[in-house]
Amino acid sequence: MSRLSISSLNQVETVLDGIYKYMDQHLTFNPTDTCPIDICAAFLRLYMTQSCGKCTPCRVGLRQLSFMLEKVLNNEAEMEDLTRIEHLARHISVSADCAIGAEAAKMILKGVTGFREEYISHIRHGICLAERTDSVPCVANCPAHINIPGYVALVGEGRYADAVKLIIHDNPLPAVCALICEHPCETRCRRTLLDAPVNIRGLKRTAIDNAEGVQNSSPMDHTGKKIAVVGGGPSGLTVACYLQKMGHQVTIYEKHKRLGGMLVYGIPAYRLPRNYLQIDIDQILSLGIEVKLNTEVGSGDLSIANLRRQYDAVYVSIGAHQAKNMGIEGEDSKGVLSAVDYLGRLGDDETVDFTGRKVLVVGGGNVAMDCARSAVRCNADSVTIVYRRRREDMTALPEEIEGAIAEGVNLLALHAPVKIEAENGEVRALWARPNMVGKITGSRMKPSPTGTPDIRIDCDIIIKAIGQEMDPKPFADSDIPLSHGLISASDWTSIESIPGVFAGGDCVTGPKTAIMAIGAGKVAAANIDEYLGYHHVIPLEVEVPDVVLKDREYCARVDMNERAPSERRHDFDLMEIAMSNKEACQEAGRCLRCDHYNCGIIKGGRQEW
Amino acid sequence: MVNIRINGQPFAVEDNTSILEAVTHAGIKIPTLCYMKDLNQIGACRMCLVEIEGRDQLFASCDNVCTEGLSIITDSARVLDARRTNLELLLSQHKVECPSCARNENCRLRTIAAELGIRNLENFRPDYMTKEWDPLSPIIRDETKCIRCYRCVAECEKVQTCNVWDMVGSGSHTSVGVAGHENLKNSNCVYCGQCVTHCPTGALSVRYDIDKVIGIHGALADPEKITVVQIAPAVRSAWGEEFGLSSEIATEKRLAAALRKLGFDYVFDTNFSADLTIMEEGTEFLHRMQHREQYQWPMFTSCCPGWVRFLKKQYPDMTSQLSTAKSPQQMFGAVTKSYFASKIGVDPENITCISVMPCSAKKAELEIPNINDAKEGVLDVDISLTTREMCDIMKINQIDIAALEEEEFDSPLGSGTGAAVIFGSTGGVMEAALRTCYFVLTGTNPDADETFRAVRAAGSDRPWVEAEYEVAGIKVRAAVANSLGHARQLIEALRKGEVSYDFVEIMACPGGCVGGGGQPIHFDQERALDRSGIIYGYDSRNPLRFSHENPDVQALYADFLKEPLGKLSHHLLHTDHSGWDA
Repeated sequence: MSRLSISSLNQVETVLDGIYKYMDQHLTFNPTDTCPIDICAAFLRLYMTQSCGKCTPCRVGLRQLSFMLEKVLNNEAEMEDLTRIEHLARHISVSADCAIGAEAAKMILKGVTGFREEYISHIRHGICLAERTDSVPCVANCPAHINIPGYVALVGEGRYADAVKLIIHDNPLPAVCALICEHPCETRCRRTLLDAPVNIRGLKRTAIDNAEGVQNSSPMDHTGKKIAVVGGGPSGLTVACYLQKMGHQVTIYEKHKRLGGMLVYGIPAYRLPRNYLQIDIDQILSLGIEVKLNTEVGSGDLSIANLRRQYDAVYVSIGAHQAKNMGIEGEDSKGVLSAVDYLGRLGDDETVDFTGRKVLVVGGGNVAMDCARSAVRCNADSVTIVYRRRREDMTALPEEIEGAIAEGVNLLALHAPVKIEAENGEVRALWARPNMVGKITGSRMKPSPTGTPDIRIDCDIIIKAIGQEMDPKPFADSDIPLSHGLISASDWTSIESIPGVFAGGDCVTGPKTAIMAIGAGKVAAANIDEYLGYHHVIPLEVEVPDVVLKDREYCARVDMNERAPSERRHDFDLMEIAMSNKEACQEAGRCLRCDHYNCGIIKGGRQEW
Repeated sequence: MVNIRINGQPFAVEDNTSILEAVTHAGIKIPTLCYMKDLNQIGACRMCLVEIEGRDQLFASCDNVCTEGLSIITDSARVLDARRTNLELLLSQHKVECPSCARNENCRLRTIAAELGIRNLENFRPDYMTKEWDPLSPIIRDETKCIRCYRCVAECEKVQTCNVWDMVGSGSHTSVGVAGHENLKNSNCVYCGQCVTHCPTGALSVRYDIDKVIGIHGALADPEKITVVQIAPAVRSAWGEEFGLSSEIATEKRLAAALRKLGFDYVFDTNFSADLTIMEEGTEFLHRMQHREQYQWPMFTSCCPGWVRFLKKQYPDMTSQLSTAKSPQQMFGAVTKSYFASKIGVDPENITCISVMPCSAKKAELEIPNINDAKEGVLDVDISLTTREMCDIMKINQIDIAALEEEEFDSPLGSGTGAAVIFGSTGGVMEAALRTCYFVLTGTNPDADETFRAVRAAGSDRPWVEAEYEVAGIKVRAAVANSLGHARQLIEALRKGEVSYDFVEIMACPGGCVGGGGQPIHFDQERALDRSGIIYGYDSRNPLRFSHENPDVQALYADFLKEPLGKLSHHLLHTDHSGWDA
């Protein structure tokens, strides 16, 4: 008999390990329309399996808690049971011997306070408030509610032009979204339950790259109504496209010399080449929309009030183009740029040359990554991102951070800028204070100084990318209600106090994604049409292929490649390489067709709008 | 065309044919439960599962289409086992109370259990959900019997466009409930009962009121009460189905005999008040035509309480376009408790007026606050029974229908013309009104069989039928729709100005009252068209084809009401539809 032995996985543990991984995918999939009490009850069962069984509150208490939740879910509970649940959970949280019982009970307590109405609704009325919105998860999660299973199936059949037509029904910027959409559709793709989400954006790119002869359907009969759209970014272009299709006459007022908003002035060309954006803009403008470039709305003839008088409705979508300041000494020195200025100059095709310069980028979001990676392409000597939290706290997408590092960008995390040192008004260095990690409040870690001396970082250019806000100037003399520097508009994009004026996109939400701005534009188009007394329905012109009857086999996701960092860092050409048509066909075949299976089929499928 | 194999046999079928249709067409049976053609092809119940050669998974045949080369197997051990297991699972959530269930004679769950040879329920533990329901609601939902086939959701959404029912709850607690978590009363529900007749189980039923009529506490046993029963036109077209009798045996005269046998003091006919309705509504229509500018157009019929409630809820601004004439049920009640009560010298309070209707909405109609005019504090109609309830009462009384001799209805409220009986079918009210209007305008009767045949909408595949007539220089544009979905299409077209009519008849149920929510239920069979045929048979055989020729109605005017739209008529037979909240 040996005294000690090496522990190794037995058969049961190996299988369980696989199941754990599988369940991890289930949790990632996490549909939003699930009853939160049901979820907590399920998690509680998981905690119960982990109880070591020693102490009373955990071993017995969690079971009793579980019975109580079942009672609620079965419409058998009374209000007193809610008090009992709360009391027992609190009891377990303070009296269990270890973290297992205590954390389980805290989870239940969080729910009892966090979604108390849900409990009350179950108990009093036997009604679960979880709204069934997720029957087709990708469609529900897409702000523009594009018929995703439809176009995925069309790409699978090689009907690329039809796929693009189907996308355009809900989103007039398919080429843009094929490259830069943050694809919220993929986050809840039900395919995740099997292996990994379908590469939806990649398939859209395949559709765009292969589609030939897609024509925007011609506008409906003229209504004689005129609409002004202030700001020609994704939201403004969307509203303009659909309202023009509905037979109204739209005029876009754009301050810059190009249409596209942040698509051109915020997103570097290596992610979204101008010719892609141009495909969408040409399609949209072909409908007969009037465009006034280099025209800033805000005063005189072009005040919001005047536009309201001249037009039957006004849509405000000016975005959020004003940089936030760091509020530190030396910020106005020469060589300190805002991300908006820098990316804006690139958007206007200005040549920016950083040869021989050391560039610092302050911030941890996607814009900071865009700036850093663009700076590399402007031939900077070195590019360093300074961020006051950790890399894992950055809001930028992980692949953006990785991409930047691969291109040679340095990361200086846990350093907070405190001062800019200048000489003759020109930047020489950034002083940064070392931070240490701290407690977690909410979901974010709060850093604090380590107490060690500030460090000096030698540099010639500092690009601040710490956030953007809306420029309130255009509304100085208007009645447009502002709150926290943004326009206060309803969920249906109207401004309640000024009938006929609508707003959406970044100027309402703060800086968000293109697809959210597009979604707002679509909502606004429908509601402006309704406001004008119409109910135009955009017809669906493409028939979606039937499902193919096949077994659900596990199959890995096709990811797209990028040009090698050593090559792409020298130019602004498109970085991403599209999947091959063969890959696209396989990838499209991974779609589980939730529009057909599950309850996607029940209530008549997709609605026209 | 695509080539497929079914159980090894080759077939060629049209593109886009569902597997279920292809298999059925080939003469092979597949059990179905949640499936309703074109309305509910959702693969929910998993009774219609089939095997596809080469695939491990089984597929629902209702919601998948045949593709080239598909080899379908409908009877493999795997398929049969999967269907039976699924049925056992459904039964675990169904409170099995067959003997006392409203659907004990025509429950699809019961028949499919028999078809699939389910002989024990021991494999799974009972696990039915519960939910409280207002027992006074005309439509009753029993959560313990619901098997979540979502047929009610589909019927209400796609046929009636009222969207009352929806999937509610989440995960394995998912069930059916009133959309938006509303109380049924506050929902879009108009109590048409189509969800009930399309429910495969007893989960949805119409409130059961027979105890108000029979038994020791029922009206029939109350020595103080004179019981008066009226039979709606459509009832006679369908009641025999409950006894497995043909319409040649289950005639209206045998119905009168059966009711008399049950002990009703007076066996009358709603046909009488249908004729009366024509006198009032027809006259009202002509009056409106003569004062065109004072009214919004078209004028809508008001016989169908489901339709009236629908219009009031969905298009309240059009309420004034409803004819102010009460429905035949209510006119009958008002006349019974005024004219007839005084004729027999009885206080209206001592009369129990019972209607037998093909309808569930009639139960709610009689409670409309401002509809009772015969005597303060007294309901004009006390109890409304469905055709099914009436047949149940006959069964309880062990009446051998086929053995009964035919008998006449009682007088004076028991007579009706051919124009009255067609009220039971879509287009009938319109045709009856036009027949009498023609007479009023020209002084002669039209050809009852042919002149207005175009408004007979039964069996039409269009949302509504329309016809234009010129009578004595007056042009009348008529339209007829049945089902609320079609009604909505017609109203939308009217509101958009795409069509314009003078007189529009709407019945809420598909096919009209013959297809009503109170009629006998046959799983997956729509009998409305057959019943319409029976109704028109009664019309053609009736020597009187025109409402104005009903001698008892003529007497009623001569002795009591004086004239259509007169003061007394206005008080008893007309109502203010805007005077209550739907």
